Amino acid sequence: MENVIELQHVHKSFDGFQLNNLSMTIKKGFVTGFIGGNGAGKSTTIKLMMNLLQPDRGTISIFGLNYKDHEKEIKQRIGFVFDENIFYENVTLAEMKKIIKPAYVNWDDNLFHYYVKTFELPLNKKIKSFSKGMMMKASLTIALSHHAELIIMDEPTSGLDPSFRRELLDILHNLMQDGEKTIFFSTHLTTDLDRIADYITFIHKGKHIFTKEIYQIEEEYAIVKGGIELLDKDTEREFISIRKSNHGFEALTANKTRAENIFGGMALIEKPTLEDIMFYTKKGEEHYV
Amino acid sequence: MQIIISNNSKGPIYKQIYAQIKKHILTNELQQGQSLPSMRQLAKDLDISVITTKRAYEELEKNGFIYSVVGKGSFVSEQNNEMIKERKRKVIEEQLVTAIQNGKEIGINLNELKELLTMLYREEE
Repeated sequence: MENVIELQHVHKSFDGFQLNNLSMTIKKGFVTGFIGGNGAGKSTTIKLMMNLLQPDRGTISIFGLNYKDHEKEIKQRIGFVFDENIFYENVTLAEMKKIIKPAYVNWDDNLFHYYVKTFELPLNKKIKSFSKGMMMKASLTIALSHHAELIIMDEPTSGLDPSFRRELLDILHNLMQDGEKTIFFSTHLTTDLDRIADYITFIHKGKHIFTKEIYQIEEEYAIVKGGIELLDKDTEREFISIRKSNHGFEALTANKTRAENIFGGMALIEKPTLEDIMFYTKKGEEHYV
Repeated sequence: MQIIISNNSKGPIYKQIYAQIKKHILTNELQQGQSLPSMRQLAKDLDISVITTKRAYEELEKNGFIYSVVGKGSFVSEQNNEMIKERKRKVIEEQLVTAIQNGKEIGINLNELKELLTMLYREEE
């Protein structure tokens, strides 16, 4: 399968934060959900992918091209959807279109009007009067109107109400039908990912923890719940981290099959949520560092 | 084609899809050569990710229930009935071998065995 985004050994440091040897690949024709806690480096990674920041070391290639020689071409083929208003507030969507259109070789007015109609966006109202949901749709309309092959979204569902989030996921499902488009989006709302994401990329403290097919996660990871008496030095080693209380323990393992062999029948073994994985990974890090 | 996904089920979603399509094929609700929805269409209809339907189709293909043609999509295998026949044939062969061995033990020769088989076969008709 073709990789649309490739990061290799990328380093980037600021005061008090660093991305450390980050390598990851994003597959063409699929949706990748990008998760990680606050300060994990999601926004920095996205900015690096957009060439809004440059890496200190390492290479970044988009569509197999590097920014140094092909910045214009790459940007023509990317649609970027922010969670915040990136438009001039005092213009209308119709005026905004006139400003943006000349920047794109493949701009398609028919497509623009198709999405404006589909999303029921007003062309002649000032953008500052738009709700968060409308802003999101306007941003997506602009991204889609120049035939972007790669759509990068930073927290697209945050701040949207549940029914609009559903609507957005439907829109994304429709976009994925021809298999030519690739979507990469960061989110805090991990339940959205079950409905749309093919791959999950998880970073923590500037490090890449994994990129996996979404079904692979529940095949490998499991939450084990049981009585404290099941824990000793050996069994504790099976876990990424453990939450103990007076009433028992709950822990995350990255090797479900082994956990089933060891604890089968004596403990509950359940499918973890992405939140569980994020929580226990963070906790495990604090414990061992 | 009806497919119902349970979010509370313990089984992974791709296995639920696999089991339901397999059942539709075995009950002939989906017939030989009939086309299945594209992976992307099915993912959209069921509101799940493409990789999940892809995995289900891959398993169905691996086990001979469906086949795919690049650019055309996935279809119910014709091999499926052949496979069932093939399996039954193997069972018959094994049973006949047992009959031959038992016959040899008490000195029944090939002609006698053939006569016996012919007689029993006609009685069943």
